[in-house]
Amino acid sequence: MLIFLLRRLLQACFVMIIISLISFSIQDKLGDPVQQMVAMTVSPEERNQLRNELGLNDGFLIQYWRFAKGAIQGDLGTSYYYKEPALDVILEKLPATLELAFCAILIVILIATPCGVMAAIKPKHILSRLLMVTSSIGLSVPIFIVAILMVYIFSIELNIAPSFGRGQTTEVLGLWESGLFNKNGLSHLLLPSLSLAIALMPIFVRLIRAEMMDVLQSEYIRFAWSKGLSARRIYFIHALKNTMLPVITVGGIQAGTLVAYTILTETIFQWPGMGFLFMDSVSRVDTPLVSAYLIVVGGIFVITNTFVDLIYGLFNPTVRLASHGL
Amino acid sequence: MKKRELAALIDVSFTLNRGERIAIVGESGAGKSILGFSIVNLISKPGYIESGSIKLENKELTTMNLRQLQEIRGKRIAMIFQDPMMTLNPVLTIGNQLVETIRSHTNISYKDARNIAIEKLHNVQISSPEKRFDQYPHELSGGMRQRVIIAAVLLLNPDIIIADEPTTALDVTIQAEILQLLLSICRDNGVALILISHDLGVVSKVAERTLVMYAGHIVEEGPTLEIINDPQHPYTQGLLNALPQMTIPGQRLNQIQGSMPSLAERPTGCAFHPRCPYATQKCKQEQPQFIYSGVSSVACFMIEDMLNEFADTDKEVL
Repeated sequence: MLIFLLRRLLQACFVMIIISLISFSIQDKLGDPVQQMVAMTVSPEERNQLRNELGLNDGFLIQYWRFAKGAIQGDLGTSYYYKEPALDVILEKLPATLELAFCAILIVILIATPCGVMAAIKPKHILSRLLMVTSSIGLSVPIFIVAILMVYIFSIELNIAPSFGRGQTTEVLGLWESGLFNKNGLSHLLLPSLSLAIALMPIFVRLIRAEMMDVLQSEYIRFAWSKGLSARRIYFIHALKNTMLPVITVGGIQAGTLVAYTILTETIFQWPGMGFLFMDSVSRVDTPLVSAYLIVVGGIFVITNTFVDLIYGLFNPTVRLASHGL
Repeated sequence: MKKRELAALIDVSFTLNRGERIAIVGESGAGKSILGFSIVNLISKPGYIESGSIKLENKELTTMNLRQLQEIRGKRIAMIFQDPMMTLNPVLTIGNQLVETIRSHTNISYKDARNIAIEKLHNVQISSPEKRFDQYPHELSGGMRQRVIIAAVLLLNPDIIIADEPTTALDVTIQAEILQLLLSICRDNGVALILISHDLGVVSKVAERTLVMYAGHIVEEGPTLEIINDPQHPYTQGLLNALPQMTIPGQRLNQIQGSMPSLAERPTGCAFHPRCPYATQKCKQEQPQFIYSGVSSVACFMIEDMLNEFADTDKEVL
């Protein structure tokens, strides 16, 4: 177990180094940060002086070395725009994004699982067929159209839920500002998390259905029937547990997609999270913030996948044994 | 029957007495397994029972709903499957899979159910059953798993065990052990057994009566020893001749020419006629009826003709 985690940590470092290299190498392709920082009237000499101060005139490797030295100590550079450490700026926005992602994942699990199971148990039922058609459509409609449609229907036409911002937040245990614990915050969370969930839902419904149908054909399910067990026990204990194994793995990989979708969702709903911040930073050519974001996201990705592997071990006894042995 | 549907079993009929052990033999595709599975209505979809009747003590099984069937399955009629590696659920512990069977049929506490399960594991000669109880299937060998499955089948003291090739997937040394175990358990508890097998060696050790199947029909039925000593139907003769023991060492093994027809290409008349060395014009056109040959019941025109001839000569002598 410990060795497994250590190995993961090593992998994570490797991944981060590659991500930081990539994000660093695209920095000067984004545009000139100095142009965004100073007024039109500043002379070229003064601009050049500022460039020197910021270290922008140094070679790529020197710049990267400087960055890497800081990064190891937790310093991912200083945002040009906020004039604050980039990591702090991002971490401040992290709770908003995590809450959004968490709610979306919760909605996906709560809706996709029963839908997938239903479609697998009764494939000929009219509802199952409808579900399959809807999920095909869902797979092919991009998230920004879904989101804009949701805003149009629920905010503009029906006026049920607010269409932008995070609303009221309350401090939780002095750790972070949360929108989960008051009505206003939750109502603001509704549309963004729902759009995000809808974007991820179809693939999970289809995956659960396909896996479950496969499992239901297996000999151990037939043996379970021959023991006279109830249908509910067979579907939800014998079959579902086996169905979830590949679903968990795909879930981990989808974490990357989720992050990509948060950028779009947050931009549409003006959600003050990391994704929204990232879009702003790109247009402000705030390169330290852009690299810091990419590194933080890489870290989240590695952590999620480690977590997913641990959960997988809980579901699959053969893997649990292996991790003891390693 | 609708178009594009195929019948896997036709005119199959037999009775099983309390505590009796019968065997169903035949080549792959003869319909043996389908026969076993249809008894508790567990045929894989889209298969279904079109017509006919299956009765357990005068209770009709074919018309039962799922709930009624669940009460029969596992409690009155239990099944052992072919491959023990595939039969147990990989993500549930052995104990879990045993206890759930007991608890879904009776209202007893988890603790009592656990005690029954451990006792049954002990009965099938599994070492340290308390330890096995908490293990997962992948931690056990194939032979061990088949023992666990036999224990699972015994949990509720069923009246009938249907064993579908219970030793085929095991290696030879373990085959004998499992077979012996199955036999002694059926004997000691007075459990009736339907053994589905293609191995006449296995069948001769276990079953009192044997049914030989070919292409969805029963072709011969009688006491196992009689059938093995004096097979009547040309197909049964062919099967016995194909046993390696029937060939002088060093010679080519005997075989029945040709292969079992698929369901879609079942020949007219007696389905065996294209492969039968004694086939006549009549065999190609008509379906033979069962007659008692003095040894076994058999559906074959050749036997019928022979019996008629004997009867005629008897008359002449008289």
